[in-house]
Formats: sequence, C-alpha cells, structure tokens
Amino acid sequence: MNEFRMQPDNGLEFGVYTLGDHLVDPTTGKRISAQQRLQEIVELAKLSDEAGLDFFSVGESHQQGFVTQAHTVVLSHIAAVTSKIKLGSSSTIISTLDPVRVYEDFATLDLLSNHRTEIIAGRASRIGLFELLGYDISDYEALFEEKFELLLKINQEERVNWSGEFRAPLTDAEVLPRAVLPIWRAVGGTSTSAIKAGRQGVPMQLATLGGAVSTFKHVIERYRNSLEEVGLDPLAYPVGTAGFFHVAETTQQAQQEMYPYINEGMKVTNGQGFPKQAFAQGKNKDNVMNIGSVDEVVEKILYQHDAFKHQRYLGQMDFGGVSFKQLMRTIDLIGEHVLPKIRQYTKK
Amino acid sequence: MNIVFVSGSVVGTKTRRAITELKKVWLKQDAAAQIEIIDLKALKLPFCDGRHFLDYEEDVVATLKKVVEADVVVFGTPVFQASIPGSLKNFFDLLPQDALRETVTGIVVTAGSSKHYLMAEQHLKPILSYMKAVVVSTYVYILAEDFVGNDLVKDDVDLRLARLAEDLIFTTEAKRYIQKKQEEAYGF
Repeated sequence: MNEFRMQPDNGLEFGVYTLGDHLVDPTTGKRISAQQRLQEIVELAKLSDEAGLDFFSVGESHQQGFVTQAHTVVLSHIAAVTSKIKLGSSSTIISTLDPVRVYEDFATLDLLSNHRTEIIAGRASRIGLFELLGYDISDYEALFEEKFELLLKINQEERVNWSGEFRAPLTDAEVLPRAVLPIWRAVGGTSTSAIKAGRQGVPMQLATLGGAVSTFKHVIERYRNSLEEVGLDPLAYPVGTAGFFHVAETTQQAQQEMYPYINEGMKVTNGQGFPKQAFAQGKNKDNVMNIGSVDEVVEKILYQHDAFKHQRYLGQMDFGGVSFKQLMRTIDLIGEHVLPKIRQYTKK
Repeated sequence: MNIVFVSGSVVGTKTRRAITELKKVWLKQDAAAQIEIIDLKALKLPFCDGRHFLDYEEDVVATLKKVVEADVVVFGTPVFQASIPGSLKNFFDLLPQDALRETVTGIVVTAGSSKHYLMAEQHLKPILSYMKAVVVSTYVYILAEDFVGNDLVKDDVDLRLARLAEDLIFTTEAKRYIQKKQEEAYGF
C-alpha cells in the first residue's frame, strides 16, 4: 500500500471527483460560462482541501458539455492553491495520449505538489477524442493496453527500452523528471476490465453509478482473485470506488435536490435520463448510490466498506450543472459530519 | 404521443407496405396522431461498431434518437433465414441497450409462409424484452399471398392491424398511468 501512498490504518479515504461537465442547471435553465465553471472546479478543490478531504480528481472528456479537456492544466492550477489533498485524474485517457508526455506532465505535477499527484488511466466511454486527436476507433482496446503498459514501464524504469505499434520506439530513453507515481486503472464496472487490472498488478478505481452493493463486491473479488492468480498479494493493492454523492437534511430532500441534475445531465451527455425507479432504489442501504441524509449516507458508506474492504471512496456531487452554493454546503456537511464518522469507524 | 414505425427491411416492399397500412388504420382511430416512419431501406445506416450511439454521424444520431425518445415503436419485419433481417438486427445494435425503456412496442411481420409464425416470438420478442420494452403480446402476421401487387387484399389484415393499433393506444395510456403512480410514490 505504501507504494501507492495509501495508509489504510488511517481509515477509508474520502475524495471528490468531477468529470468537468459544463451543463445547463435544470433548476434555473441557465449555464454559467466556461471560465466560471473552471474557476468553480478549482474552488471546489480548495474547499475540499480545507475541509480535510483526502483526494480530488478531474476527468478528461473531449465532447460538448465539458470543460476540462486540458485536465492536467486544471490539476496544476489546483495543486498551486491546495496544500494537503491528494490530486489525480478521473480519468486520463491514455489511449489517445503519448505516455511519455503524460508521465512528464504528472511527474512534474507530483514534484510541484510535494508528492500529492496520481494518475487514473481510462479508456473513454465516448470516442469523439479518437477523431479529434487522430486515432482509429477500431484500435480502441489495443491503444489503451499498449499505452497503459508503456506508462507503467516509464513509471518503474529509469531507462526505458520499448517498441510497440502505436508510438515510435524508445531506446535507452530517460523520461524526466523522475517521480514514482501511483497509477490506477479506471474500471467501468465490468468484471472483464477488473480482471485485466488484477492481472496487470495495478490499483483499481471502480465506477459504481448505481446498483446493488453485492454486484460491485463481486467485481472487486474478481479483481483481487486476479491479483492472486499472477502471484500478487491482494492486500497490497488499493481499490477505490466512485459514484454519485449528495447529502441534505433528509433523504427525500437529498433525492429531490439531486435527481433533476443527474437526470437532465444524463440526457444531454448520454442521450437518456436516469430511470426514476433506479434512482428511488438508490436510497436502500444495499445500493451503492450515496444520496441521502448525512446519517444514512454515512451508514451506507460504512456498509459498502464492510463489503468492499476498499481504501478510497470518490463522490461525484457536481454533475449536471449543480449550483456552487449547493456544492459549498455539501463540502461543509462532509467535513463536519461525514468525514469524522467515516474515519472513526474505519481507522485501525 | 410520440409514435415511430420502423420498417426493418432493406429488401422488397411488403414490410413497408404493411407499416403504411398500419398508419392508415391507426389514423382512422386517432386522427391527430403524429406517426413517423423510419424506413431502413431509405437510410443506408452504418454497421454498429460498438461506439456510444451519440457518437455516430449526425443524421444517424437523429434517427436513433427518434426511437429512444418515442412513446410507441412498431417494428415491421420480414422473415429472412427463419429470423429477422440483418438490417433490423443492426438497427437494434446501433441503439443503447435500454433504448426501449418505458416504450410500448408492437410487431408486424410479413412472411412468405405461415411456417415462420413463431419467428417473432422466438427471435424478436427476446430482443425487445432485453431492451426493456413493454411489448404488446399479439402481433400481426401477414402472408405474401395477402398482397396483390402493392395492395393488401384481405379485410382480415386491416382488422388485425386495427386491433394492434387499438391495443398499442390503450397500453400506452395504461403505461402512462402506471408510471405516474410510481413516480408519485417516489416523492422526488
């Protein structure tokens, strides 16, 4: 765990992730400017740091309705205005980037941030960026696997000898500056991808937007079994989960406040809304969605921790044009009520 | 009410003809209905390559969105090699897996022989169920011999199409009622 800068004895890590979406607030019908949205993301990271949260990450999406395409630049700015919180990407689409440049950027950021920076590498759920950056969608899987492997190699080896299909070979190449970064694999929720993460021997960041805790527990078990199959110790590799998060006075209020954002946001970014029935079930203890009263959400996260034995939870609370006022209140509630309880019950 | 009829064949004229007839008998019952026909023969859709449905070319996305956003979808299909044609299967593959969630769907089959009567039951309904559709169970099965040229000659076909239209209209009404009751119970 130390290799990945995780200290499970301190309890479950709690973080925030944003996809960097830039959407109309359905409750007002208005969309803030890209400039304001970017500044509010930085401000959200700052508040998270001040409230004592463990992690903040920013995603990379290259389609309409998003604003953090240059997520490393955003993270760099965040690094400058925060002091303790760990920072990462959620995720970096390594498939369409040069692993050498990604390593250079994140290693630099790690040094500037006093070793607070991590990479979560993913494959992208949308493919606009393949066209934009000049890649062939038919290489979707091969691009990710090759480039992710190269990124891991650069992270581990001072001098790199490598050749592959999608990039010029590296001969005794020194990729600088040096830093040993925690590099996670983003997993969308399927066992197939979790097994790949396990066989690769990398930490897994698992998306859990909705559904039964037991479903995701199974995926995590497959990951840990796969680590074992290749001779690695499952206890040495952290698991993170990520999903929708919101807290309010009551569970009903939390659902009322959040549903329009998630439903309308999904319509725009995914072409279909979030089924109301599935959202309603989200309040059940055995459902992964962490939307409810402070007490219920704390209880849910602890229940998930019992099932998953995971080391990090990331909440997405800003999706779909949520007002900054609501975000400030949510961070306050996390800092004052959620974090102390989670740490109290999960630290060793 | 948002109604879409899909003519699932890129070959021949009978499926399209049957779908057009359904539109005619539907409008007799519900003159104000807005019915859009998506004729796969006229569209030249690409093969599904696994991408998110919003990532296809603009006109393809526009077509797929019509189905995703419809309240009622009727699929017209011929029988090819004891199944639905590849063109219709590809159309399903282009759509997201729960594209028909909350959608009331009906089926019209055109076939050369009555031996394939259960084709819709065994090949088409499982797909619609998987895509979360509310399927009106009874479908209309029209034989090639019911056509003379481009005309449907049996009164019986019109009567069956009219029953399908009526079932779809009332099932949609019932579905709306159920949905409203459920949503009221959720409290958000």
